[in-house]
Amino acid sequence: MVIYGVAILAISMLIGVSAGELIGTLIGIDSNIGGVGLSMIILIVAVNSLSKKGRLKKPSQDGIAFWSAIYIPIVVAMAAQQNVVAAIKGGPLAVLAGVLAVLISFAAVPILSKSNKPKKENASK
Amino acid sequence: MDSIKNVLIENSLVTAFALIGLTMYLSYFISTKLTRGKLHGSAIAIMLGLLLAYYGGTVTGGEKGLADISIFAGIGIMGGGMLRDLAIISTAFGVNFNQVKSAGAIGFLSLFIGIFLSFFIGVIVALSFGYSNAVDITTIGAGTATYIVGPVTGSALGASSEVITLSIAAGLIKSMLTMIFTPFAAKFIGLNNPRSAMIFGGLMGTTSGTAAGLAATDPKLVPYGAMTATFYTGLGCLLCPSLLYFIIQLTF
Repeated sequence: MVIYGVAILAISMLIGVSAGELIGTLIGIDSNIGGVGLSMIILIVAVNSLSKKGRLKKPSQDGIAFWSAIYIPIVVAMAAQQNVVAAIKGGPLAVLAGVLAVLISFAAVPILSKSNKPKKENASK
Repeated sequence: MDSIKNVLIENSLVTAFALIGLTMYLSYFISTKLTRGKLHGSAIAIMLGLLLAYYGGTVTGGEKGLADISIFAGIGIMGGGMLRDLAIISTAFGVNFNQVKSAGAIGFLSLFIGIFLSFFIGVIVALSFGYSNAVDITTIGAGTATYIVGPVTGSALGASSEVITLSIAAGLIKSMLTMIFTPFAAKFIGLNNPRSAMIFGGLMGTTSGTAAGLAATDPKLVPYGAMTATFYTGLGCLLCPSLLYFIIQLTF
């Protein structure tokens, strides 16, 4: 059933985000550390082990696939509720800091990608 | 008119689905007809989203963009943290775990480099605008990391609300520019494989900016970038009010 897939996704998120909260509390900061990333790893492991045993039927997979297909529209909705006005009102300091941070971080991507490259690299396309 | 408005308000999440669906349609239409597919439909959709957010912000004076207009309140649910995180996590469904493992170490390193880079850029900009107090400088640097790290650091150090607002603004600008310019920059910075996407997520840090920027570049890269980016804010909240504040205090 489709709901099985949705439930696997939901449970992965609840465990991962709880773990992120716990890590935050343990090191004494009021923030979730990597909850989403941990959830992703849990989901990958869960999906892999279930499909190896043949326990993840097509409808269940569709329950997860739906959410990943609706991801871009959700991101658009997220963009539509950003505090754009406040960002622009921050004035030249905020704009300059933001612009420089993006430019320099972009520039650092190829530098880091080229360092200690693994033996073979698979293009994603 | 009022009864239609009530229907839209009472079914706000459904209204949001309809509105975002129409926005996507319009964006892909503009993409194929006006730019012949050169500018990706989702990149246009994200820019339209930001424009709508600006409109919402100016009309209502609120903080949640279009979602502050009552009939569009559902945008706040659809694009809010809960569904956004659920959708981001679901993208891991298509992930190649071996890629994650092989790029794990460099992805982790990129997190530290990313936080240091953005923080010190913020520090330098703050200095050039005449800020000289260690708390102010640290808060602005933290905000340049992400708009969540800024206020967390600022409140921990007892910064003034103006400085905190400024730090949020710097982080918001970074996030929006990442959303808009990632698809354009992708070619030049080799952002076309899982490994560079993980590095990218670690360096940029803003989950929203990274996720939206990669979605507009190549949706297959989203999970890799999102996976590292999600650690950034937490790590930033850990490092900025402690180690980085300490460094700034020693220097100034």
